[in-house]
Amino acid sequence: MLGSLTILLICQLVGELAVRLTGLPVPGPVLGMVILFAGLLARGHVPHPLQDAAAGLLRHLSLLFVPAGVGVMVHAGRLEAEALPIVIALFGSTLFGIAVTAKVMSLMLRRPAQDDGEGAP
Amino acid sequence: MNTDLHVLWVYLSASPLAGLTLTLVAYQAGLWVFERLGRRPVFNPVLIAVLLLAVTLSLTGVEYKTYFDGAQFVHFLLGPATVALAVPLYNQFSEVRQSAPALVVALLVGSAASALSAVALAWAFGASKATLLSLAPKSVTSPIAMGVSEQIGGLPSLTAVLVILTGIIAATFGTWVLNLVRVKDWRARGFGMGVAAHGIGTARALQVNEVAGAFAGLGMGLNGLATAMLLPALYHLFF
Repeated sequence: MLGSLTILLICQLVGELAVRLTGLPVPGPVLGMVILFAGLLARGHVPHPLQDAAAGLLRHLSLLFVPAGVGVMVHAGRLEAEALPIVIALFGSTLFGIAVTAKVMSLMLRRPAQDDGEGAP
Repeated sequence: MNTDLHVLWVYLSASPLAGLTLTLVAYQAGLWVFERLGRRPVFNPVLIAVLLLAVTLSLTGVEYKTYFDGAQFVHFLLGPATVALAVPLYNQFSEVRQSAPALVVALLVGSAASALSAVALAWAFGASKATLLSLAPKSVTSPIAMGVSEQIGGLPSLTAVLVILTGIIAATFGTWVLNLVRVKDWRARGFGMGVAAHGIGTARALQVNEVAGAFAGLGMGLNGLATAMLLPALYHLFF
């Protein structure tokens, strides 16, 4: 667990440093993700401790959004003043995005999935 | 109020312990409500926790900055969690290669559709520039969205709020939209949720179907990568 956390942090640190040095328009942790992915490809499998650490961290992913989300306080004024465009943009683009992505993907997939046709969830 | 209590209050508000504990308690409360009320997407634990904390801070007159000094320890984990997304991505790699062309096309079209329609709609209804820039990366998981927002001149903390709202909207109405456009393939249904609504959409897809969940996780990871690389480039092209 400790070793895995160290690996995750090293990947992030290398990512952050590379972004600072090269000026790439990518957040450091994203580059860290690419680095870890490349490492896993080279290695050929995910070590068990890393699998567990990643699963543990991602299982509680939604908790990690909370502190940033409370920032809603700071932006209450802006959200109120621009409520109409924000609400329309959020609903419109989110539902449009889901529909477009899923439709394009299903049209591109030749074989239907094996459990296709069981109805809506 | 006596001075002892005042001293205690000064101590608590100066240490990270209070902000950290409050965050975990609020999230547990959010989870409890979510479970108790039948796991409906409207009762999203994140939404409940955020509202509880915002109300608590407002009532006690504690500033967001003071709270965040403690809560930043939770916030910090978003970085390693983003790196950890490489693991599910790797686990799905063989599946990904099989449907690679469909994934790439759907990703590019869906990613552009989400970001451009958000900016276009907000612009058409008169949003300010800072709001437009903060909205552009809202379909992506918040550590990436906040990074992108900062890079293109948006407000990262506003983006975080918009990201969470996007996830909640998708979790609540996603199934309805997917039925409306008559997509039955679980891979496509999941991928749509992941690309348009990141981790919260993925969590919802996982509740419904395992294949959908795996593809949603993939969609979240790939769109994070695509948005992080394409949005700043697009921004520099236009401004």
